[in-house]
Amino acid sequence: MNARTWARRNLFRSVPDGVCTIVFGALGLFLLYKTLNYVFFTGRWTIIQDNLKLLMVGRFPVAHLPRLAVSAIVLAGWAGFLAGFVRGRQIRDGKAPAHVSLARRVRAALGRIWLPCTVILLLLLLSTTIGPWLTALGAAAAALAGWLIGPFVGKRRLGRAGATILVLAVAATPLVLYYYIVTAVGFDGWGGFYLNLYLALVSIVLCYPLGVLLALGRRSKLPLIQTISIVYIEAIRGAPLFVLLLLANTALQFFVPADVAPSKPARAIVVFTLFTAAYMAEIIRGGLQSVPRGQFEAARALGLSPTRQTGLIILPQALRNVIPAQIGQLISLFKDTVLAGVAMGLFELLEVADAITQQGDFRGQRLSPEVLAFSGLLFWTVAYTMSRESQRLERRLGVGTR
Amino acid sequence: MTPTTASARTPFWRDVRVLSWAFQLAVLAVVGVVLLWLYGNYTSNTERQNIPTGFSWLDNPASFEITDNPMSSRAPVKDAIYQGLLNTLRVSVAGIIFATVLGVLIGVARLSGNWVLRTLAKVYVEAVRNTPLPLFVFFATLVIVLGVFPEITQAWNPLGLFVVSNRGVAVPWFTGGAGWTLLAIFAVAGLAAWLTARWRRRRADRTDGLPHTGWWALGAFALLLTVGWFAFGFSITVPEVDGRRTTGGMRMLPSFFAIFFALVIYTASHIAEIVRGSIQAVPKGQGEAADALALSSMQRMTRVILPQAMRIAIPPLGNQYLNLIKNSSLGAAIGYYELTLVTQTAVGNGAPAVPAFTLAMAIYIAISLVTSGIVNIANRRMALVER
Repeated sequence: MNARTWARRNLFRSVPDGVCTIVFGALGLFLLYKTLNYVFFTGRWTIIQDNLKLLMVGRFPVAHLPRLAVSAIVLAGWAGFLAGFVRGRQIRDGKAPAHVSLARRVRAALGRIWLPCTVILLLLLLSTTIGPWLTALGAAAAALAGWLIGPFVGKRRLGRAGATILVLAVAATPLVLYYYIVTAVGFDGWGGFYLNLYLALVSIVLCYPLGVLLALGRRSKLPLIQTISIVYIEAIRGAPLFVLLLLANTALQFFVPADVAPSKPARAIVVFTLFTAAYMAEIIRGGLQSVPRGQFEAARALGLSPTRQTGLIILPQALRNVIPAQIGQLISLFKDTVLAGVAMGLFELLEVADAITQQGDFRGQRLSPEVLAFSGLLFWTVAYTMSRESQRLERRLGVGTR
Repeated sequence: MTPTTASARTPFWRDVRVLSWAFQLAVLAVVGVVLLWLYGNYTSNTERQNIPTGFSWLDNPASFEITDNPMSSRAPVKDAIYQGLLNTLRVSVAGIIFATVLGVLIGVARLSGNWVLRTLAKVYVEAVRNTPLPLFVFFATLVIVLGVFPEITQAWNPLGLFVVSNRGVAVPWFTGGAGWTLLAIFAVAGLAAWLTARWRRRRADRTDGLPHTGWWALGAFALLLTVGWFAFGFSITVPEVDGRRTTGGMRMLPSFFAIFFALVIYTASHIAEIVRGSIQAVPKGQGEAADALALSSMQRMTRVILPQAMRIAIPPLGNQYLNLIKNSSLGAAIGYYELTLVTQTAVGNGAPAVPAFTLAMAIYIAISLVTSGIVNIANRRMALVER
């Protein structure tokens, strides 16, 4: 199809269509011009450069930053390993070709992660110290190593012990890293974009057990269990997260013994976990409903106990069926971490962004557009990358096409 | 045959019914113990700090005023909460209407044959959907209202109908009579339109003529609206700048505008995705059949595709409406006195935190239940009746 036919089909099919093209084309070009002009010429980005550390990690003491770097490298290694692991599984199941040249594999991987890589590069270019560069290099090396090792583990049959160890290791990593960092810097010293990422990651891991129990409870035939689950799920889903966070901020200390004083991030994690569990329960319930009846019957015919029927046959299928929806929930939880700043004054990215416009050097210069644009870019990049990956996964799992 | 013989044979510790009840009671006991522990902490803590646990504070004077509301600061807290609830409903209803219109337009544009339209819609959806809502709220307040909107003396006056300045957006609005009367007139007119449409459809089923349901319903609606409008003495005024304020019309507070704008922009991107998905879920043959009947592309969309797509879209749309209502609580962050901010202010002025926020949450849950009830009714009415 040459350019002329393409334009005829896509831009000028009829007179109204042509008018539409010209009007909206002009609008689009105008907005593009405005954006580029702002980004490259009129935007005053010094405020970002001067406060990059605050925006990324808050008031975290410089002396302990290496601990954050180590945890970032560990997480990158895990991410690479899991990607490689999945690839190994696909090769084993014959769903992916076993021999692809390294150049092509790298190109395919870059096609998927170029956006976060570009943003990370931008952040590195803005930074004035060597630390972030070293961290990024270490993380890239760890991710690459994990990605190359992953397939060897993925191709192998793990057995139950191996699989349990793997799952537990993945789930425990954020908690172990938490202890590693918190022993140096108390929870109240955490902040910036790092805190947003951490809150989302930990809450999604912690909400799982409760979410699964609630989903099973809601599907249970036992009336009391069912009632408890339904009341919990519907009450939480009916209340705004913002109000729950306000409640936790002003009233959580009433519900714990007088000598316990939970820190603000801990309160936020409690609320996010309890809140997300209700939504997760509904997602998992959808997954349970999508498991064919024959699977339940087959599990029972094998003489498995009810716990094993659920744990070994039903739940694995149910959870796998709704992976995209779970990622969607993770994305929305990640976006909601901003509310912790708005409702509790937690020093997360948006709160930092607001605070730095009040600094002596920048006060009264109306720099809100710059800081909002920067925070927006960071949130958007993470959320958009996750949502694209989940769409990819959805296509590959064939949800909706089977 | 009798269950007694069965249980006589099975020892009770292996009887499924006994076991299931024992298990349920155990779970109930655990939940009960946790709740009792929380409640015990709560009572001992409040007792120690001498904080009331009841709801008698609802009758205390509020001792704060709500922006743009005649309520006096000596009125009881419960009146303030009621006004806050009304504000929540105001921004929710307005937001739902505008977000639906914008969302449907963008959702349809995403599937347009026109590349420019398709791309713009896609960029909009992908950019907005993946950005946190509070960013839009602050963007609307800090950048649009405080940065872009002009001083009142140099207010924009688009079409001669609106007055846009950093003191808010004034729109043409009715004057005379109470808001509830107007709402009642709209409800009666809507009911009349529905009855007329039903009558036309039944008539068309008996005879062979075209029903022209839309025109008849619109006519009935307009007729009753006009009659009611003049009977109750309503008129519309256009806002004008008068010194440092506006007269006539209705002035939306900057905070209302900001939360409204953010809710509409954000929710529309989600609605657009729902609409797109639902349109794509309509079997392809339906569009081809519309083409075969030589319907115009407009008729094809409004008469064949959208009605079927809407049927699929109702449940997820309802979810988005619920989200919008709950998200309106973010108005508290920028000083819009809706339910959350009123509660927060009341707590700041001495109302006990736990009962106050519990009340607010109960109200939100009630709104959510009512809304999802309405959505369920709509869903049941629209659901395909299989033969």
